Amino acid sequence: MDRQATPAVEISRQDGACSIALQGDWTALALAGCHEARGLRARLHALAQAPEHATWSLAGVNRLDHIGAQLIWQAWNNKMPAHVDLNDGQRRVFDRIVGLRPEGWKKRMVDRFNPVTILGASLLSLFAQLAIGVTMLGQLTFDLLRFARAPQRGPWREISANIFNVGYKALGITALVGFLIGVVLSYLSANQLRTYGASTFIVNILGMAVIRELGPLLAAILVAGRSGSAITAQIGVMRVTEELDAMSVMGISHGFRLIMPRVIALAVSMPLLVAWTDLLALLGGMTAARLQLDISYAFFLRQLPDAVPVANLWLGLGKGVVFGILIALTACHFGLRIKPNTQSLGQGTTASVVTAITVVIIADAIFAILFKDVGL
Amino acid sequence: MNAPANPSPDRREAIIEVRQLVKRYGDNVVLDGIDLDVCRGEVLSIVGGSGSGKTVLLRQIVGLERPTSGSIKVFGENPATLRPAQLQALRNRWGLQFQRGALFSALSVIDNIALPMRELRALPDNLICQASLLKLQLVGLSAKDADKMPSDLSGGMIKRVALARALALEPELVFLDEPTAGLDPMASDDYVTLIRELRRELGLTVVMITHDLDTLVALSDRVAVLADHKILAQAPLREVVKVDHPFIREYFLGERAQRALQALPAPAPAGDAPRPQSGEA
Repeated sequence: MDRQATPAVEISRQDGACSIALQGDWTALALAGCHEARGLRARLHALAQAPEHATWSLAGVNRLDHIGAQLIWQAWNNKMPAHVDLNDGQRRVFDRIVGLRPEGWKKRMVDRFNPVTILGASLLSLFAQLAIGVTMLGQLTFDLLRFARAPQRGPWREISANIFNVGYKALGITALVGFLIGVVLSYLSANQLRTYGASTFIVNILGMAVIRELGPLLAAILVAGRSGSAITAQIGVMRVTEELDAMSVMGISHGFRLIMPRVIALAVSMPLLVAWTDLLALLGGMTAARLQLDISYAFFLRQLPDAVPVANLWLGLGKGVVFGILIALTACHFGLRIKPNTQSLGQGTTASVVTAITVVIIADAIFAILFKDVGL
Repeated sequence: MNAPANPSPDRREAIIEVRQLVKRYGDNVVLDGIDLDVCRGEVLSIVGGSGSGKTVLLRQIVGLERPTSGSIKVFGENPATLRPAQLQALRNRWGLQFQRGALFSALSVIDNIALPMRELRALPDNLICQASLLKLQLVGLSAKDADKMPSDLSGGMIKRVALARALALEPELVFLDEPTAGLDPMASDDYVTLIRELRRELGLTVVMITHDLDTLVALSDRVAVLADHKILAQAPLREVVKVDHPFIREYFLGERAQRALQALPAPAPAGDAPRPQSGEA
């Protein structure tokens, strides 16, 4: 019982008549364990074709399941041979196969790769996404007004939980990355500056680059990867588990309870994270500058306010707020659009992070153009 | 249904033997000294209150979790000590229908059913497709449903597809976790008929967790009652009902239960086949 007997075929010819006896186990597992399973059907098929009036005997078959029977049936060209010896159980199995109605189903083929349709589809999808994004922004405005009108009934708990998750918990990674980037930047600039004898300009380079550009961008990219994906996955799983529908049924607005708290949380945490990243990046730069160029901490700190007009700091923090809002909106947008299956969840999360980072960089470019006369 | 004709367990081949099984999560004892036997060809129902550890017991038996202590033998082998290849061979001999279906949401219905067969990596694909369609028809769905995605299915259809997948390799043993929970009465009657038919045709052994007394009465040869972290009784339903224990009294002698138990046939059945024939209930 425990060991599967390999399926076997025995052929005997007498007086021009051919009898074929099948033996062993004709089950999925036995067939899988038998090396010639794939060839077996072809062999049987050949047998079924060549001798017109062969007698088939399944008396030696210990066990026959639907898969084994299907194999034999296909070998028989989907019809019962004239002479066949079956017991009742086997006949029932074949009856089921005879009763199979595969109409209305055929194997689906994967669509061929076609650059034109793909381009068209992505353009259409882009416009659709933009339209939905605008709707979402409008909804957010209404929600914010509602919140401003009755702040005591706002989702304070969600906001504070989200600030903790996207802000406080991101302190470690932003500190590490910020510090290292500061060190790298300072190290690379140091050599060039020394060649020109302009070592003290390290303060200008570091201060300007970090406070105006790198700090906000680094923080935004890290947060987009870290919290953007988390938000998308969280909302996406809520779709999979029908929690979103449950909220709708209870009359709890998705916009007010899911999107707005996250947008507010990111708008609050991002500038703080930017300041934190700036601080650590400057610290890293300062450390490297001292080691490479012998510039003392005191000198660095004294020079910094002169080298970098304070407008840059406000600009950097302002960018943080905008980036935070954009990341939250992108993440929520993709989260709400996830379909209830695992594949869509994966695609949605990936798309969310990629889009969030792209959007942040586009926004950064717009900032650069708009504020080209400020603080330089 | 001619239930009381069952021979006692020791005269028949036990394919699952659980001995002194203990499962603890931290300080929380869920199962405390479970002994359970399942014989070939029978339908054993495990009943118990919500949270009494029925699903936990099932998860130990199929090797999804390791028991804290005690031994489990399925087909005479202990899943915990087997080498991976042997364990795989063992796993191919049973199927499990999960409580919520656990269908692969990224695959269509037919791909879900075909998956266990494809995993054998030995059968030609058109054979697999035909066999999957057959399984689909076996559980009462049609070829039209083959391309649907799990998220588009109704609760009853999910249960049926899950059963079809559990039966894909035509295992000797199937575990059903709450197979009729959430189905309407008609659908659960259909399900009962289906299981009976499959049992007759495929010679299945069934271990079923259920809350549904009607299903319990209609299908089980024996019932194991799980309460207070132990098996209170494992016997044909008629005998289980006589055990004096608050849980059993409440469970089987309440008004609802009485209504369901009326479906139990009179003690002297005609024809003592060990397996009930399908049909009336």
